[in-house]
Amino acid sequence: MLKLSFAHYEALRAHGEETYPHECCGVLLGSSTAAGNEVREVIAAGNTRIDSLHNRYNIASEELVMIQRQARKLSLDIVGFYHSHPDHPAMWSPTDFAEAHWIGCSYVITSVEKGAAKVTNSFLLTGTGEEDKQFIDEPVEIEMNQQEIATQQPRGTA
Amino acid sequence: MNIHIPTPLRAYTGGEPTVSVPGATVGEALEQLTGAYPALRQHLYTGDGKLRSFVNIYLNDDDIRYLPAKDATPAKESDELTIIPSIAGGD
Repeated sequence: MLKLSFAHYEALRAHGEETYPHECCGVLLGSSTAAGNEVREVIAAGNTRIDSLHNRYNIASEELVMIQRQARKLSLDIVGFYHSHPDHPAMWSPTDFAEAHWIGCSYVITSVEKGAAKVTNSFLLTGTGEEDKQFIDEPVEIEMNQQEIATQQPRGTA
Repeated sequence: MNIHIPTPLRAYTGGEPTVSVPGATVGEALEQLTGAYPALRQHLYTGDGKLRSFVNIYLNDDDIRYLPAKDATPAKESDELTIIPSIAGGD
């Protein structure tokens, strides 16, 4: 289970719309509990794959080091990542799997069709290492406050 | 010096997010780390002892792959090492 606030959920989807037709990417800070990963901060990152921005993403390791430093200051951990699939389903791809190395982290993918965020899915990377890692579908729980419950409706969850 | 461990590798450091080790160089500090936590070694290095391609190690703000002396770079007690696996993908 991935838990995040409605505001964070909307923010990572909006990021995918902003960067369309390019892929967006970012980091989820929070804590891991027995119930799953709980997100407390969403950090937008730059996509360094300028050679193929429409279907690839990469977060510069320098930026990751800074984000990890920021997480420590907030007493949070990196618990996941997000990126968008412009005009492509919100399912992990062979490239996503080959490049996934953060066991125990949530990989959130939003499909963006013609500039509008559609489906958002999360996949938990499980296993003990490169040899036995696998993505499993992970339910997403969106926390809403009273005002959001009265006025908003989350879009795009399976 | 302090070595910051990324979340997926903390399973091999007893849950510790930061490990403090002695060492006059980056390589010595890493050797101390994997000596104290042997299960970590296979997640950082290939069978022939090379740093795995997706594992990045930073001495403060510098990727050790691009330092002239690489892991033989001298390190001070106040320096920080950060292990950070890469993040990439796409459809």
